[in-house]
Amino acid sequence: MKATDIKDPEYFHKVVDCQYACPAHTPVPEYIRLIAAEQYTEAYMVNWESNVFPGVLGRTCDRPCEPACRRGRVEEEPVAICRLKRVAADHKGDVKHLMPKPAETKNGKRIALIGGGPASLTVARDLAPLGYEIHLYDEQDLAGGMMRSQIPSFRLPAEVLNEEVNFILDMGIHTHLKTYVSSLKEVLEKDYDAIFVGTGAPRGRDLPDLPGRWEAAQSIHIGIEWLASVAFEHTSKIGKKVIVLGGGNTAMDCCRTSRRLGGDEVKVVVRSPFSEMKASPWEKEDAMHEDIPILDCHVPKSFVTENGVLKGMTFEKVHAVYDEKGRRSLVSTGEPDVFIEADEVLMAIGQENSFPWIERDLGIEFDKWEMPMVDSVTFQSTHPKVFFGGDSAFGPKNVITAVAHGHQAAVSIDLFCRGESLQKRPDPMTNLVSQKMGIHEWSYDNAVVDDLRYVVPQADKTMTLANRKVEVELGFNLSVGFKEAQRCLNCDVQTVFNTSRCIECDACMDICPTSCITFTTTGPEEELRQRLIAPAPNTSQYLSVSDLLKTGRVMVKDEDVCLHCGLCAERCPTAAWDMQQYLYSVTKACKLPGAVI
Amino acid sequence: MTYTRPRFRNPHLPVNEIGYTQKDYEGALSTLCAGCGHDSISGAIVQACYELAIEPHRVAKMSGIGCSSKTPAYFLSNSHGFNSVHGRMPSVATGAYLANRDLVYFGVSGDGDTASIGMGQFVHAIRRNLNMVYLVMNNGCYGLTKGQDSATADLGSKSKSGHTNPFQAIDLAGLALELGASFVARSFSGDKTQLVPLLKAAMAHPGFAFIDVISPCVTFNNNPGSTKSYDYVREHLEATATIDFVPIKSEITTQYDAGSTKDLALHDESMIRLHKIAADWDPQNRWSAMNALHQARTKGEILTGLIFLDKGLQDLHTVLDTTDKPLNTLKQPELCPGSKALEEINAGLR
Ligand SMILES: Cc1cc2nc3c(=O)[nH]c(=O)nc-3n(C[C@H](O)[C@H](O)[C@H](O)COP(=O)(O)OP(=O)(O)OC[C@H]3O[C@@H](n4cnc5c(N)ncnc54)[C@H](O)[C@@H]3O)c2cc1C
Ligand SMILES: Cc1ncc(C[n+]2csc(CCOP(=O)(O)OP(=O)(O)O)c2C)c(N)n1
Ligand code: SF4
Ligand code: SF4
Ligand code: SF4
Ligand SMILES: [Mg+2]
Repeated sequence: MKATDIKDPEYFHKVVDCQYACPAHTPVPEYIRLIAAEQYTEAYMVNWESNVFPGVLGRTCDRPCEPACRRGRVEEEPVAICRLKRVAADHKGDVKHLMPKPAETKNGKRIALIGGGPASLTVARDLAPLGYEIHLYDEQDLAGGMMRSQIPSFRLPAEVLNEEVNFILDMGIHTHLKTYVSSLKEVLEKDYDAIFVGTGAPRGRDLPDLPGRWEAAQSIHIGIEWLASVAFEHTSKIGKKVIVLGGGNTAMDCCRTSRRLGGDEVKVVVRSPFSEMKASPWEKEDAMHEDIPILDCHVPKSFVTENGVLKGMTFEKVHAVYDEKGRRSLVSTGEPDVFIEADEVLMAIGQENSFPWIERDLGIEFDKWEMPMVDSVTFQSTHPKVFFGGDSAFGPKNVITAVAHGHQAAVSIDLFCRGESLQKRPDPMTNLVSQKMGIHEWSYDNAVVDDLRYVVPQADKTMTLANRKVEVELGFNLSVGFKEAQRCLNCDVQTVFNTSRCIECDACMDICPTSCITFTTTGPEEELRQRLIAPAPNTSQYLSVSDLLKTGRVMVKDEDVCLHCGLCAERCPTAAWDMQQYLYSVTKACKLPGAVI
Repeated sequence: MTYTRPRFRNPHLPVNEIGYTQKDYEGALSTLCAGCGHDSISGAIVQACYELAIEPHRVAKMSGIGCSSKTPAYFLSNSHGFNSVHGRMPSVATGAYLANRDLVYFGVSGDGDTASIGMGQFVHAIRRNLNMVYLVMNNGCYGLTKGQDSATADLGSKSKSGHTNPFQAIDLAGLALELGASFVARSFSGDKTQLVPLLKAAMAHPGFAFIDVISPCVTFNNNPGSTKSYDYVREHLEATATIDFVPIKSEITTQYDAGSTKDLALHDESMIRLHKIAADWDPQNRWSAMNALHQARTKGEILTGLIFLDKGLQDLHTVLDTTDKPLNTLKQPELCPGSKALEEINAGLR
């Protein structure tokens, strides 16, 4: 193997598993340490700089960081990264003065944002302080997109959302609400310098051909439309017996909302086996906790109606069969069809993009699935002035992905308006700083605590089911928040090795609790991974390899299970190892005034 | 300020034949100086015991006084241990060995502990051929008392304060050879590929196994001019052979040129396999071993590896014809066989 180049900004970035997995690359360990230090405002700002909606995300994020968290590999459960974000948001002080002010002098450029969801709002936040004049269009009464129309209040209270949406709108954004954009051509004619499309994936899938679908149409709803009408208070009740079709997070929000609007017997019915449902495990748990059974392996066959009144649905029972390639097919079990009674049915079986308002002769190319052709780095479409991001770019994802797209689209729009190449993107900001303060003394808490993951307490079920606006999760209190924060392994405090100082005394290799370090002769990576003190099978994390040492060997470190405990550096007599904090801030159009780096 | 070892271990750690990982052979977190050679030797002992799949409760760690003699705290936490007085480890080991012959005795000493204050005890342990491993962590100084020259410091070796040692060194391996030790080896703390198989062979050897391990004291004797520094030792190493320890029923996969390989069987059917053997050296001939030691010394080199092995010598229990059971397992009928047995004995003396 070649010696590792730690100067490559992506090298240590990948060692910080959570930050690397976060689409917006939030510096997770940095904010977790700030929480442990009771610096909630600073912790909030580290988040806000990266992910724009810490209060929202601390309650609702899909949290791709958590399955990636190192703690899950060396203990059992990852750090509760997401819910710690909420601790920062709930306990922050005044933050407004720490945010960028609207630019005093405008730069003369005008940008249109179509759709007011997290993607567009992120573009607005990044560009407004630079002097751009931002016009935001949305057909709804209020900005926020699906964070407002879809995510139910019992998961995300309106005040939390409003506060974070307003931080952005207060930067002098021109809002054009209750304004449905029916023609992109007309917008282009308004001579904006650039247009960002952040209209999401607004169309819910239907089962138009299922027998009985249209006989009792008033009792059969498309999940996301129904959730939006609940959110905007057009719908306030539902029948006693409800079937929710589908196994994703939308189905979980539909069934839990139904329970709060009068549904006494709410059932989720899904085609796939329980373990393969798309919903996150915690969403399924929360639904079942609210006495909602999940019936898996049931394929809808028909709606049963009597005189135009819905009576229920029939389902075929199936089981999953896999071919050699692991592809699944659902095969009938041969049992008789199952009838389930229902007064109303909610269909939460998928979401699609739809762009009826984009004329097809403007130079924006669409692929065979009717999706715009969008560059995955620059987010530019085939029309140079038109950018896409969020769910509208590559299909439905989540809030944090929309934010990540927004940042990159803002970088592109800024480059574009300044007449620069979109390909030559500024480098991320990085910084590597020693944490040594003395013998046995580091400026971070290097002790590894044994505590298992703490559970977030919930409000009493009788209270939350009685009112859809009562938030279910209560969040960690400060003392539990502190203990959970201490579980973080500080994966951003890197073990930096200096070959020329090493005297090959083996002290680091002997002390390392997780047997990460081996001194050996070099070889091809695959073979080397097998003959380390402990084999290193996880190829998604690096092996760090030093230059040749005096004895002709190299130092090989498996980055996969390092605890960042600092013992290697502690035991090194020549300080060939040092613990250095690596800060990585993804390229953004606008930096915070007091940003850490 | 925290200096504790986390509880988490590598989830991919392999397990040995009895289902233990290396973690089960660890000791407390070391308090020796960072980079001390002694810690590497502790690491090698952990590795050797893990690889031999010894049940930790079958090992007794014996030591004297010194940084080296502290190390039994840092390996094999689940084993027995006796940290005795300065230079007195051999007599405590003798007593323990006579009381319970079933344990693996692992003695750890320092060059001060052995070559000065404990010399008298050391020579008698060899003479009696106790079935034990006697390992000296040899740093040429009294580390614990701040680095005074020890009796193994080489003539002319420079100390950290700049003064030159005016005395000749005692070569403990040469002494052991002369006194008739049945297993003599030398190694270097910084070379686990050699030290670990030597430790395994020493533990398998049914008699007194002496290993002199050069182990730099980073704090007091790792300076330029010292002949026990990491750099000096690395530059002057010369091995008798490359050594493999081959346990029962296992197969060797590495191929070596025929002729340069030699197998030495140990009593428990395991064996030592030597490759790239030095010219004119026969590990089973005491003269040849002495010769090799002297020649290396004349050339200014440090001879490492297995130096001598004698399988013929009887260990102390055999010589004394003692009971083959540990004393603590002898029950009343054996210890007090009754009046009839007494009469028989008396009759035999009439
Ligand atoms: C039920 C449900 C629950 C969800 N829960 C979560 C969750 O817990 N966590 C999470 O991370 N993600 C969740 N999501 C996904 C998340 O809401 C979206 O991925 C995210 O909001 C996408 O952001 P966006 O900016 O791309 O667009 P959106 O948030 O979809 O916003 C698009 C906006 O554009 C407006 N618009 C569309 N077309 C036009 C037009 N022609 N003219 C004017 N305005 C227009 C819409 O009114 C909407 O306000 C959920 C989705 C659903 C359906
Ligand atoms: C009876 C007695 N005399 C002297 C001492 C002081 N003393 C403690 S350790 C030591 C020398 C240790 O040297 P060595 O055995 O080489 O161990 P090292 O610290 O070098 O590993 C001495 C002289 C003592 N503890 N007890
Ligand atoms: S332990 Fe901390 S820094 Fe490491 S991946 Fe988990 S949250 Fe991130
Ligand atoms: S910080 Fe050093 S000693 Fe601690 S786990 Fe990582 S490599 Fe091992
Ligand atoms: S003084 Fe020397 S021998 Fe003792 S612990 Fe320190 S380095 Fe090791
Ligand atoms: Mg010594």
